[in-house]
Amino acid sequence: MNKVLMQGNKIIGEAAIRAGCRFYAGYPITPQNELPEYMAENLRKIEGGVFVQSESELAAIHMVIGASAAGARAMTSSSSPGISLKQEGISSLAACELPAVIVNMMRGGPGLGNISPSQGDYLQATKGGGHGDYHIIVLGPASVQEIADLTMDAFDLADEYRTPVMILADGMLGQMMEPVVFKKPKPRNYPEKFMMKGAGGGKSKIIRGLILDPLDMEEHIWKLKRKYQMIAEKECRYELYETNDAELILVAYGTSSRIAKGAIKRLRNEGLRVGLFRPITLWPFPAEGLRELAKKVENFLVFEMSAGQMLEDVLLALKGKARIGFHGRPGGVVPTPAELSNVVLRKYNRKDGLTEIEE
Amino acid sequence: MKKVFGRPLSMKNNPFHYCAGCGHSTAHRLIAEVIDELGIRDITIGLPPAGCAVLAYNYFDVDMIEAQHGRGPATATGLKRILPDRIIFSYQGDGDLAAIGTAESFHAANRGENITVIFINNAVYGMTGGQMAPTSTLGQKTTTSPTGRNTTLDGYPIMMSDVLAMLPGTAYIERCTVTTPANIIKAKKAIRKAFQYQIDGEGFSMVEILSPCPTNWKMSPVEACRWIDEVMTKQFPLGVIKDRPAQEKKREQKGN
Ligand SMILES: Cc1ncc(C[n+]2csc(CCOP(=O)(O)OP(=O)(O)O)c2C)c(N)n1
Repeated sequence: MNKVLMQGNKIIGEAAIRAGCRFYAGYPITPQNELPEYMAENLRKIEGGVFVQSESELAAIHMVIGASAAGARAMTSSSSPGISLKQEGISSLAACELPAVIVNMMRGGPGLGNISPSQGDYLQATKGGGHGDYHIIVLGPASVQEIADLTMDAFDLADEYRTPVMILADGMLGQMMEPVVFKKPKPRNYPEKFMMKGAGGGKSKIIRGLILDPLDMEEHIWKLKRKYQMIAEKECRYELYETNDAELILVAYGTSSRIAKGAIKRLRNEGLRVGLFRPITLWPFPAEGLRELAKKVENFLVFEMSAGQMLEDVLLALKGKARIGFHGRPGGVVPTPAELSNVVLRKYNRKDGLTEIEE
Repeated sequence: MKKVFGRPLSMKNNPFHYCAGCGHSTAHRLIAEVIDELGIRDITIGLPPAGCAVLAYNYFDVDMIEAQHGRGPATATGLKRILPDRIIFSYQGDGDLAAIGTAESFHAANRGENITVIFINNAVYGMTGGQMAPTSTLGQKTTTSPTGRNTTLDGYPIMMSDVLAMLPGTAYIERCTVTTPANIIKAKKAIRKAFQYQIDGEGFSMVEILSPCPTNWKMSPVEACRWIDEVMTKQFPLGVIKDRPAQEKKREQKGN
């Protein structure tokens, strides 16, 4: 397979098309515009490929619902403010058990915020986001290669579990150019019986999220819950980096995990044993993998480009089992590896090893 | 014995939940009859709205996918673009189409999406208990305009059909009602034409139906029909608002 040098946003488009995505709808917002532009140019060249520039993010996600119900692999993308608008439809997709892929290239917020890379939508993405009792699968790539791989996986996961899947990255990853190799997409395995194409002489179908009887609604939610439990058991992914001898584990995902790796290199050059736990699935959160590390490591430092969101999941996973610190830069600030390594030096570097210095 | 009246085949054998005198049931029946007559039951997909017709899939025996409040035309766009040879209709109330879903209706129409919208205008939000709708008439008393709709506070009734007719993407828009047998026959013709235009690939077609809501208007069914004929049609005149294919045909014939 050939290596190509492409920008993150475009890679998503190319990987999606290769994975069989045949419907894209979206509304312009920085920093992800290269993706709809790529789809406008390239998806329309494919037989049966549909690109629609919608009137809003709301319309886009509801178009995706229609296309998904009709049996197409469908995708939409946006950045933070637009993702807020999509939540109505994401909740519907979850309720109706329809597959779809949603890309969020996060920017600084709340409100209109700014257009700099940020990780402020973690809680919105991983805790449901829209109304009601549901979860979506959330994937957090940290390189352009991983963007390519996870985009393809996202479509497979969406089909397998009949659920929306979000790719949660940020403007930095979207704009970044790195060489990638596209893996061979798996053949699609999505039963016709879930597609709506007209009754065709048979029994007519209904796709709906409205279940007026509370007992029936409860039953539906427990069914979704069992599905989510199965996803949590089977689909957790994470990366361990330099953890074998580590005395301190940084916990970071996406762009901040790249910064963390840079910091770890510096710290290791100074002889400090620091490693990284990088969640790849943000929901389901790989808590088990983290707990495994906590059996031998006492100190964890959560590092996010937010005011502390994934921190809550780490606390849930490790509370009482380890010491948990936090360093965050919200609002679109992208800290340097040097800053992070200085934080570690200041907070943890004691003569007897890397443990938290109580202030 | 020859059967002269029965349930359309595209209709399930379920009793309607609609109130006595409600226009939704008549509109449902007309759509089902048209689907039968055009022989498109097997390739039709309908989108019920949030509104009194939210359970329309219990009545239509065609594939149906629920749309969120106002988003029918967007979801219909996704369906139709993937399945261009299927017949897609979105069934919407006035709150659905002319308030929360204005953008989706407007832009689906403007893109000339080849879908059919059945627009039930009952001048109130029926499902939620009779609040003021964008189509409530001037002076109309509703639960949220208790002293009557007042332009300074509440703005004006929106004539969505006329607005959408201005867009080049719309092929056909007609406003009808279901208050008398003659009006019902006209409404059915309009619905049939709208579906036929979709089959012919003409673009966006819509039939607005002024529809009685005796419960929320606090009238008897007969009074409700009279109110449409005497008051509502003054604000929303009946008739063809746009018929681009017919106009084009006329122009062609003149040219010959
Ligand atoms: C996002 C959202 N907002 C509000 C509602 C509540 N709601 C359900 S139906 C409806 C109004 C329906 O009125 P209309 O569209 O005129 O249809 P009708 O019930 O009169 O047939 C409202 C406000 C909803 N379901 N979803």
